[in-house]
Amino acid sequence: MSHGPIHRPPGRENPPLPTIQISGGRIIDPSQGLDGPGDLWISRGRILPSGGAPEEAEIVIDATGLIVCPGLIDIHVHLREPGNEEDETIATGAAAALAGGVTSVACMPNTIPAIDTQAAAEFVVLQAQRAKQANVFPVGAVSKGRQGAELAELGQLVDGGAVAFTDDGAPVASADLMRRALQYATMFDRVIMQHCQVPELTVGGVMNEGIESMRLGLGGMPAAAEDIMVARDIRLAEITGGRLHIQHISTARSVELVREGKRRGVRVTAEACPHHFALTDERLRTFDSNYKMNPPLRTWSDVEAVIGGLKDGTIEFIATDHAPHAREKKMREIDLAPFGIVGLETLVPITSLCLIEPGHLTWSDAIAKMSCNPAVLLGLTDKGTLRAGADADVTLIDPHTRWTIDPAQFRSKSRNTPFGGWEVNARAHTVIVGGEVRYTRGGIVRQAGAAVPA
Amino acid sequence: MTTPAQPADSAVWTRKHLLGLEELSAEEILAILDTAESFAEVSTRSRKKVPALQGRIVFNLFFENSTRTRTSFSLAAKRLSADTQDFSASTSSLSKGESFIDTARNIEAMGADVLVVRHPTPGTPHLLAQHVGCSIINAGDGAHEHPTQALLDLMTIRRAKGRIEGLTVGLLGDISHSRVARSNIHALTKLGARVILCGPPTLVPRGWERFGCEVAYSLDEILPRCDVVNVLRIQFERQQRGLFPSVAEYSQFYMMTQERVRLGKPDLLLLAPGPINRGVELTPEVADGLHSAILDQVTNGLAVRMAVLYLLSGRVEPGPRDGRDGRSRQ
Repeated sequence: MSHGPIHRPPGRENPPLPTIQISGGRIIDPSQGLDGPGDLWISRGRILPSGGAPEEAEIVIDATGLIVCPGLIDIHVHLREPGNEEDETIATGAAAALAGGVTSVACMPNTIPAIDTQAAAEFVVLQAQRAKQANVFPVGAVSKGRQGAELAELGQLVDGGAVAFTDDGAPVASADLMRRALQYATMFDRVIMQHCQVPELTVGGVMNEGIESMRLGLGGMPAAAEDIMVARDIRLAEITGGRLHIQHISTARSVELVREGKRRGVRVTAEACPHHFALTDERLRTFDSNYKMNPPLRTWSDVEAVIGGLKDGTIEFIATDHAPHAREKKMREIDLAPFGIVGLETLVPITSLCLIEPGHLTWSDAIAKMSCNPAVLLGLTDKGTLRAGADADVTLIDPHTRWTIDPAQFRSKSRNTPFGGWEVNARAHTVIVGGEVRYTRGGIVRQAGAAVPA
Repeated sequence: MTTPAQPADSAVWTRKHLLGLEELSAEEILAILDTAESFAEVSTRSRKKVPALQGRIVFNLFFENSTRTRTSFSLAAKRLSADTQDFSASTSSLSKGESFIDTARNIEAMGADVLVVRHPTPGTPHLLAQHVGCSIINAGDGAHEHPTQALLDLMTIRRAKGRIEGLTVGLLGDISHSRVARSNIHALTKLGARVILCGPPTLVPRGWERFGCEVAYSLDEILPRCDVVNVLRIQFERQQRGLFPSVAEYSQFYMMTQERVRLGKPDLLLLAPGPINRGVELTPEVADGLHSAILDQVTNGLAVRMAVLYLLSGRVEPGPRDGRDGRSRQ
């Protein structure tokens, strides 16, 4: 499957990539059903077959006590460039991804201008290449200018590198346009990612509509505004045979609808964000805009349903909806503050704290949802797996290191997180992208012949 | 009726801010009411001033229009011998893009001890309390709370009826968008009154039943049981959003008329937060009639605000603040 031409700056030959041995770790690769101790060898940017360990490695990584898994892939990230570089740039967002253990991100098109042309998509790809941090794959707009009126040039977006289509932060509100988009996109075998929200039902909404919004006097966004569109779009996917992906699923009814749709054979998938399985709308009693996001934090029964959906496979993806906002934008009256929180650097600790440690998911289940499944969804056949010949995108996770989340330490330009001060137990330690060690917390990477780890 | 002539024991009141009534205990609410009673007496003297707040500066920080509440707070502060200053958003640096937090910090740097804050967004006084060292009084934050209004409503009820506990109080009108309703619900239920919320279904959420309130859509049916009816103001922009079809239809079902007053108890007490729309929420005869306590509310409002300023100022050291005292900042 083509991802479009990749332009290298002329006249610059990259130096040959080193051979890397990752030894002593727990290899978890759901794509091959692996979960056990083992060594991993990398050469020339690719995973080598196991047992085919050739020469001495030029770099040895001591992965004792660490999980070694396919590089995490976050399919829902806002990088703000072009247009809002004060919040984040492609470079800073890709760097933040690495600090969170993420080797590839799919970035949303709600930039200024929107990513609705081939040139705009290629710009994103080029900026990411220049940054040399995590890989970045643009998600192209569904409609021109994300205005929800006319289909964008989806084919040209594919040529520019788009791996899927969405109008996120907004829904494709018109049922007719959504139907056409689902149909047309089958030509490219790419998924339409939908932010499900009926606009007329959420006018003036700042948080979930319920007892909390009633008590606080804040405008509410009812759960039905999400599940009505989920129901509609599942039906449209059914009649068109198109591929539908529900973004940031947050309500119990939405989860049930996706479950039913899958049973009927509809090509529907869904992702959940950590804040929707970690927090509820009660947090808004502080009026802190770090609890303001869209879809909003819901009730305990919605959180339980999201966790249930993750456990039974209804929800096959964990994504962050990383939404950076400069400090002064969030430190406003709560109805004026923008929606959203950063998420790349809290993905692993919060997933561990709320899903793995309580026993809802194993590490293998979680890694499947954060790496293998995303790669399949986006058609990245050489990623999300540690099989021989795959791209050497590898994440090392320390699952037993107690630390406190400190937004001041984030590599993202923005600090808008509700998890500041949380005591957590898991953390990304070292990240390899395309066979290069691009991020490490230190102490385990050793050059051949050197006594001291880099 | 026993009303102590002395202000409440300051050991009951330890808060630096008055942000809402939901978080207060019944004892704290009674402490304010009892203190207000002693200040009501001040207003009947020929020399209406008390030196309790001499040297303090009370700033009205109003990001939303109000003449009545602002004037009431100013007069209350002056009667306690404080200096007062007004700040209105429309004529201010906010129109030049200054954030509301910067505005408040600037005013604090000028020496304000107490900020009386009204803002169209819920939670704004709470945010200010985290960023400035002054005492903050919430004079209305969006639809969330308006504590001094509910306190003066309760004082008016207590003066007329001798108690709060066991009374049946009807709150009438647009409950869902009313800060007066929310503050009254919290205070009345804490003090043992039975609260009935009455209005059209689109304006009265059933969720309040979880807080011990009764929800009713028919005013005529509940009137015979009410000792007090508090008539809330209808905001016409709600009608434009289609929450009720027309003002005429609203008035037909929910306006307090002489006929409806006769449906109630002979000593039915009528309250209304100003300003009232004559001919929409209540008829002129009812507004000016024997059951109406509207003007008493205004008088009691002064005493309540004196009480709140007095109790809060006991918690604050006077003098300029310049932000170097290590207060936590977000």
